[in-house]
Amino acid sequence: MTEISRRNILKAGGFLGASATLAPSQPAAAEETRHYRFFNADEAQFVEAAVDRLIPPDPKWPGAKDAGVPVYIDRQLFGAYGNGERLYLAGPWKQGTPQQGYQLRFTPAALYRTALHAIHAALVQEGQPFHERTADAQDAVLKSLEAGERDLDGVPSAVFFETLLANTIEGFFADPAYGGNRDKAGWRMVGFPGAHAAYLGLYTQHGMHFPGEPLAMDETGSHSRHR
Amino acid sequence: MPERRKPVDVVLVGVGFTGAILGKELAGAGLSVVGLERGIRRDTVPDFQGPAMHDELRYAVRHGLMQDPARETYTFRNNPNEEALPVRVLGSFLPGTDVGGAGVHWNGHTWRFLPTDFVMRSHYTERYGAEIFDDDLTVQDWGITYGELEPYYDRFEYLCGIGGKAGNLRGDIQPGGNPFEGARAREFPNPPTEPAYAGALFGHAARQLGYTPFQIPSANMTRAYTNPEGLQLMPCSICGFCERFGCEHFAKASPQTVILPATLKQPNFELRTQAHVTRVLVDKQRQRASGVLYVDAAGREIEQPAELVILCSFALNNVRLMLVSEIGRPYDPATGEGTIGRNYSYQTMSSLSVFYDQDRNINPFMGAGALGTAIDDYNGDNFDHTGLGFVGGAYISANTTGGRPIEYHPVPPGTPRWGLGWKQAVARHYNHTVSVGCHGSSVSARGNYLSLDPTYRDAFGVPLLRITFDFPENDIRMSEYVTARATEIAKLMGGRTIAASAQSRPYSVVPYQTTHNTGGAIMGTDPTSSAVNRYLQSWDVPNVFVMGASAYPQNAGYNPTGTVGALTYWAAEAIVTRYLQNPGPLVP
Repeated sequence: MTEISRRNILKAGGFLGASATLAPSQPAAAEETRHYRFFNADEAQFVEAAVDRLIPPDPKWPGAKDAGVPVYIDRQLFGAYGNGERLYLAGPWKQGTPQQGYQLRFTPAALYRTALHAIHAALVQEGQPFHERTADAQDAVLKSLEAGERDLDGVPSAVFFETLLANTIEGFFADPAYGGNRDKAGWRMVGFPGAHAAYLGLYTQHGMHFPGEPLAMDETGSHSRHR
Repeated sequence: MPERRKPVDVVLVGVGFTGAILGKELAGAGLSVVGLERGIRRDTVPDFQGPAMHDELRYAVRHGLMQDPARETYTFRNNPNEEALPVRVLGSFLPGTDVGGAGVHWNGHTWRFLPTDFVMRSHYTERYGAEIFDDDLTVQDWGITYGELEPYYDRFEYLCGIGGKAGNLRGDIQPGGNPFEGARAREFPNPPTEPAYAGALFGHAARQLGYTPFQIPSANMTRAYTNPEGLQLMPCSICGFCERFGCEHFAKASPQTVILPATLKQPNFELRTQAHVTRVLVDKQRQRASGVLYVDAAGREIEQPAELVILCSFALNNVRLMLVSEIGRPYDPATGEGTIGRNYSYQTMSSLSVFYDQDRNINPFMGAGALGTAIDDYNGDNFDHTGLGFVGGAYISANTTGGRPIEYHPVPPGTPRWGLGWKQAVARHYNHTVSVGCHGSSVSARGNYLSLDPTYRDAFGVPLLRITFDFPENDIRMSEYVTARATEIAKLMGGRTIAASAQSRPYSVVPYQTTHNTGGAIMGTDPTSSAVNRYLQSWDVPNVFVMGASAYPQNAGYNPTGTVGALTYWAAEAIVTRYLQNPGPLVP
């Protein structure tokens, strides 16, 4: 379905039509959970539920969970990013000002592991793990993390929350090659054409509707244009 | 003992734009030249090719082409009373690495500084009185004039195939260009870009207020071009993956596309990659350099003797190497004495967003690095500063650089930071928002400086550079004033709502602002207040030259690369025509 036809449907008030055409091409999220490489079962349940509160589903567009964001974060944490690539990790480690930025010893992988364990333990002790709570109760937990009200075994909860939020937005909009942005839902939602890119004849046509289907890197041809 | 290599005439530390230009000029003059690059060799083909290059996560978010802070970073504090801590994740600025340096991932905005920028202290003093400068400002003249530098600007612009429209040809103001710019001897080599939609909306509103909008001079090619080195460039396809990316189409001026092939063709030029210079070797009297020490890819320590050592790395890294090598006297903010590390400056940025109704498609992804429409009416001393309480200014522009959605998803103030409200606002506004920016000057101040960190070290055991910086009050007042002028324009752009925020203290290293770090090894006429003379030659060790924006006594309200290129050609000519005849200080 092209951008133009979807827009026409939306203009006609056909929200259901739009989401119905998107749904069949989305792989079932349940299958993906069997393939987590980093997250254990408790961690996965939290992350799947939490990212779907940060970017919830709506009638038109999937939420972060169905867009593959938990898989994206899992792969990031399993790989170089999770293990501290491009992160200066030498000590001493001191608490700085907000202007001095991240000053913890944790790699992203260690940050998630530590924080998720602490959150899970605290919530179970309070009565219910995160994923079993109502949406409103989940939002309340996320807001308390965001406000920095919890110490998560050495991870300030606001630092964990900001990392999770940033990674969630990355996973929603990054190229599908990274496991998120499934069916290019993030790109379709905003109208970003993706890795397809050459607008020389178009950028002076001010206000035009760009009609192209978004293209992922894997869809734009495998050969260099220059040799 | 380090392995000692065969002595050469010149060793260049860093092979980005300045190193590649100097390599060509000096090898072309018959000197044996070795270029040492800490990073890897890379070229348009095959390294920058699609589809892998169109990856926002890898390059824009994870900084795939940038200096790796795990190996080498900086420490930072807002003022001398704080303890500096390491910049563990790059944020506010993104130094490049590898062959080509930041010239690979830059946007291509190629400006000239104003004639008054080069004589900032004396010009403002003459026009407004000395009291216009706050007491803590260490603004000074450059020791070079615009008129002296003009032929070298011209040379760099023709090398790079800059697309633009002259606003001042030999004193005659030209329609379509920037009427405030210094006089040019001739037109740009290529025609200007066409306005994108955002630029057109901005330009229309600016004209209503009596301003003179023009297209920003661009190193993204506006047509096929063969430069004076005989290298061919292709028209920019407006792909939206420019800043933080390498250009796959030979369409952005970079060392690889405009100079390096000519440099590498010189039989007496040798490029050595993965050669990380740890210090310049200077004699006991600290008056003469004998070469450099570097660590190669295999970890071996190697001495490269040379008659002439030229620092061509990023501004901050040039200063660090001078401090580590004890070239010149480190600056002390308590006494104001010493020169190395003095007058570190930055850029004072602010931005506005104009939010439109949904029937207006802005198409922010139809972008290029330097695709923008600007006014220069509030830059430098282009406007009367009487009673305003500050010096300097900013150009105001609407640029369309790519709209890549991980980093670009504007929402109006009051939008929740996450949840359904955020998601729906992102979907609603992504394609219906125009960003307007104020690209402001940065004055030098007594307490803003560079020094060696006493605690933290890099992967080679060398102390990190410590940055002590906050925005001077002068620049906060400037930003408030210019941002208010930009808001008046934004109100006429036909949007529904506007969000604007001027720059504020304290400066933070976390959010990206700009990689226009300047100063620390500044040029001037007085050895007690500058590190290098007007030919970028060290006052203290005359066989060391220091290229780049580290030479700026303060930063003007423009992107710095055009002036870096001009100064490089200016210094190269002085070395070839004067220094080689009589090696020693070019200024007594």
